Amino acid sequence: MKNNLTFREFLITRLIQAAGYSAIVFVALIFFFLLREGLPTLAEVDGSSLLNIRWYPIEGFFGILPLITGSLIVTLGAALIAVPFGIGTAVYISEIAPRWMREILKPLVELLGGLPSVVLGFLGILVLSPYLRVFLDLPTGLTAFTGSLLLGGIAVPTVVSVAEDALDAVPRAYREGAWALGATQWQTIWRVTLPAARSGVLTAVMLGVGRAIGETMTVMMVTGNAPVLAVKLSSLFSPVRTMTATIAAEMGEVANGSTHYHVLFFIGMVLFIISLIVNIIASSVVFRAKKRAERILS
Amino acid sequence: MTNKITIESLSLQYSDGTESLRGISMGIRQNAVTVLFGPAGGGKSTLLRCLNRLNDLTEVKASSGKILIDGENILDPQIDVIALRRKVGMVFARPVPLPMSIRENIIYGLELAGEKRKSKLDDAVERSLKLSAVWDEVKDRLNDPAIALSGGQQQRLCLARVIALQPEVILMDEPTSGLDPISTGKVEAALLELKKEYTVILVPHSIQQAARTADHAAFFLQGELIEYDDGKKMFTTPKQKKTEDYIMGRFG
Repeated sequence: MKNNLTFREFLITRLIQAAGYSAIVFVALIFFFLLREGLPTLAEVDGSSLLNIRWYPIEGFFGILPLITGSLIVTLGAALIAVPFGIGTAVYISEIAPRWMREILKPLVELLGGLPSVVLGFLGILVLSPYLRVFLDLPTGLTAFTGSLLLGGIAVPTVVSVAEDALDAVPRAYREGAWALGATQWQTIWRVTLPAARSGVLTAVMLGVGRAIGETMTVMMVTGNAPVLAVKLSSLFSPVRTMTATIAAEMGEVANGSTHYHVLFFIGMVLFIISLIVNIIASSVVFRAKKRAERILS
Repeated sequence: MTNKITIESLSLQYSDGTESLRGISMGIRQNAVTVLFGPAGGGKSTLLRCLNRLNDLTEVKASSGKILIDGENILDPQIDVIALRRKVGMVFARPVPLPMSIRENIIYGLELAGEKRKSKLDDAVERSLKLSAVWDEVKDRLNDPAIALSGGQQQRLCLARVIALQPEVILMDEPTSGLDPISTGKVEAALLELKKEYTVILVPHSIQQAARTADHAAFFLQGELIEYDDGKKMFTTPKQKKTEDYIMGRFG
């Protein structure tokens, strides 16, 4: 009986352990695969033509700069929309809204987060882009700006949900302390509640940006997919092509093992590195904030 | 001695039905320590929170009655709540230093009130920290984060923060519940100084503290004011049976 118990205990522990390790193994394998397929690019295409501004794989032009700038401009636009709206909504839900309103809004925002991105892309093509084309008097409504608006919409629920949790975790006593000193509701939010929730709010921003930069389907549908270098302000209102959309659109048609195939994987690596950098910045900011708090408390 | 505050048949009920007040009427003397005591859930904190309208931010189902401070009904929706909270300061059970330095904690309320002159602010910092008996311990590190102080120091800092605003009434909700006996002694000693200038209303964290500090004492039980009398009389010869039972430790 006793042996039987220890055996079960042993088995369950090992199973959980295996599940834990497998997560690491899978990530490592994916990364290894990405490297194996992407790194040959460096041997087949020389650096200067990779950094060229022309992406035309059929004729051997593999300049990935337009794709990188395309991704960055769309993401930046999305962040500019998602961060103020997201934090504003989080503050409203957690600090200002009456309880019945909060109970409606919170699930609603989370529902919005679960909306399939292809549905949003659909709305973008049929509703948003024709409207923008007429309203802004553009040759086409499929622009970086359209993508930014929709990506912003996709990132907002992420930002709201994480930032709202962070604000909610600030002890009520902080707020009452400030109110009792004669602070208005806005002064309390700005000087006390938001600073106290700072690290959580930063995490929310970074997660939102991460969500935006990795998004594929929506941007592929609404940004027009023209690989043009996007460095001017006016590029915001012309078609661009992002890294994710390029991979998604071309991977299905490329000859296995060709240079084009390798370059697409190389783009995947670049994307991977960019989101890695965003994540590292996010966690180091949060980590530093935590360290500082620990130092103060000790 | 005159009444600083007059409460007239005040009733209140929270939406979740937890704590309530039923028909409270009492006068609170100027320049004295008035102690509100009784078992938990009796309405003491609720009454304190009515006095600076902190209850505005909680879900209240129904309330009626009046609270007059210097003859003005502060439950009137038209009144300037921010000005009221500057006039009626509050110290909480758990010290809540704001996420700033010691000095900033003290001057925060003043800055909100529009005071910008550095000399005035410095004076206020020194005066209020001295009155709350914590000046000697923090004077060399005013720019350190307030959260680095010990619990007792934090609580006296919170008291100083209230004093800096030069209120007329100071509300204290179990200000020593988390403190050691030495810090408690310091806060109680500060009370004696404070009542010379201010009207103090204290919810003590023990009957012993109530007996030590009370000029006047009010016994609350389940939302009702059972007995209200001079502190000495209350703790030696209570008139009501319930008060006597509570003071003697027969319930509560």
